[in-house]
Amino acid sequence: MKIIETNALTRRFGDLIACNNLSIAVEQGEIFGLLGPNGAGKTTVIKMLTTLLPPTSGNASVAGYDIVHHASDVRRVIGYVPQLLSADGTLTGYENLLIFAKLYDVPRRERSQRIHEVLTFMDLADESNRLVRNYSGGMIRRLEIAQSMLNRPRVLFLDEPTIGLDPLARRAVGDLVIDLRDNYGATIFITTHLMEEADLLCDRVAIMHQGKIAALGSPAELKSAIGKEGTTLEDVFVHFAGSKLESEGDYREYRETQRTRRTARRLG
Amino acid sequence: MKSAFISAVSFCRKTLVIVELEIRKMRHDPTELIMRAVQPVLWLLLFGEVFAQTRAIPTGNIGYLDFLAPGILAQSVLFIAIFGGMSVIWERDLGIIHKFLASPTPRGALALGKAMSGGARALTQAVVVYILALLIGVKMNWNPLALLGVIVTVVLAATLFSAFSLIIAFSVRTRERFMGIGQVLTMPFFFASNAIYPIAIMPPWLQVVSRGNPLTYEVDALRALMLQNGTSVYGLGTDFAVLVLCTAVLITICTYLYPRAAT
Repeated sequence: MKIIETNALTRRFGDLIACNNLSIAVEQGEIFGLLGPNGAGKTTVIKMLTTLLPPTSGNASVAGYDIVHHASDVRRVIGYVPQLLSADGTLTGYENLLIFAKLYDVPRRERSQRIHEVLTFMDLADESNRLVRNYSGGMIRRLEIAQSMLNRPRVLFLDEPTIGLDPLARRAVGDLVIDLRDNYGATIFITTHLMEEADLLCDRVAIMHQGKIAALGSPAELKSAIGKEGTTLEDVFVHFAGSKLESEGDYREYRETQRTRRTARRLG
Repeated sequence: MKSAFISAVSFCRKTLVIVELEIRKMRHDPTELIMRAVQPVLWLLLFGEVFAQTRAIPTGNIGYLDFLAPGILAQSVLFIAIFGGMSVIWERDLGIIHKFLASPTPRGALALGKAMSGGARALTQAVVVYILALLIGVKMNWNPLALLGVIVTVVLAATLFSAFSLIIAFSVRTRERFMGIGQVLTMPFFFASNAIYPIAIMPPWLQVVSRGNPLTYEVDALRALMLQNGTSVYGLGTDFAVLVLCTAVLITICTYLYPRAAT
């Protein structure tokens, strides 16, 4: 069953076409990776699929609901972890979860049990009563993923979930993503520009370049398409996205990255 | 019909969750509320005591300090509300707003909840002003209904000015510009109102401006409700009608602007 389908999905910002005629389908239970250099339009795709940004033209559905006409149904069945570390530092971990449990209409009698469950799953139970501003970057990320699981989402969107994390925390998040799919049956849609990570995690990847899909398939398929011995996903990426990677970043995405760095610094 | 009722209940519940969120934050870090309390102390104890001596301002059958106390409460509400919108700039920069917008929370509930949480913050200032007023001998009205009226007025006015503040925050988009505009706007609101002198002593053009200032109606209602011998110039009905109407218009604009913060 196709849980995400986009049909000529397009978004323009003035002259810039951040997402150009995107038509992809994601199967239920898949870990699907959207890869691309900075500024390729990955975040724009995620923002459209999570109903934050209306498409300029084309359409898409998530779990069978149209993202424009049934946006509130979409919101009910998805989880979303934005690119920036966005848990509220002035609240405790538990309070962050409590507020979102309420916003997602988790029934009152299930609330504390559900919160306890995600805290345990994310290994944060002992820290739940500390203010989040005293958490490490990796802990905040885990808390955010915990938060996005509260409503048992059918599709979980993770926008660059490992950005700004150290290698250990990065690996922990990767393991959690696989556990999430295995234990909860959620479909996972992840964006990243780290090829190794995508190779380890994803069942299928789409390489996005200048707003378009340049290649789509399982990491193994894409590697064998290049045909050389010892090809890495990174080679595939360079092959399809061209060599002038960094120069493609548009200002909007540049600013986001700057902000991420600032946030990462502030959070230590 | 039934589904409309269910969504109305859900809307109110979500609004209160947002208010709860802000109250929890306030409890963890009450520094701002304490700092904000300094200003009414200065106005009532320094400015108020001096002007009460001069008897330069005609305040009818009540003393100048009595006249001033509701005005200073209204001022505290204005100040604490108008800088409240700053938090959404912060939340947008951190991506917190994105998460709320991707959740099944009505946009109107996000806007109203955020604005009403200004009401919660403003009530802490009301407590400070009441204690001060008591200390300097203002003749207060302790009738429970009047107290309830004060609470409603304070929350309503704080919601109004918070919504105004949110609109500025969504429009200017950076903290630096927001601070600048906030500073520039609070003083005209305050001086072009009946907060520290009656409108009757103003030049005619300023009287017109003051009559169009929602703060004037807040002060008018507070003066009638807070004081033993307080009276309303425009009538409580008019005061509340103006405050409710302005709040409704501003919240509607906020609801429209809120989702654009994530694009």
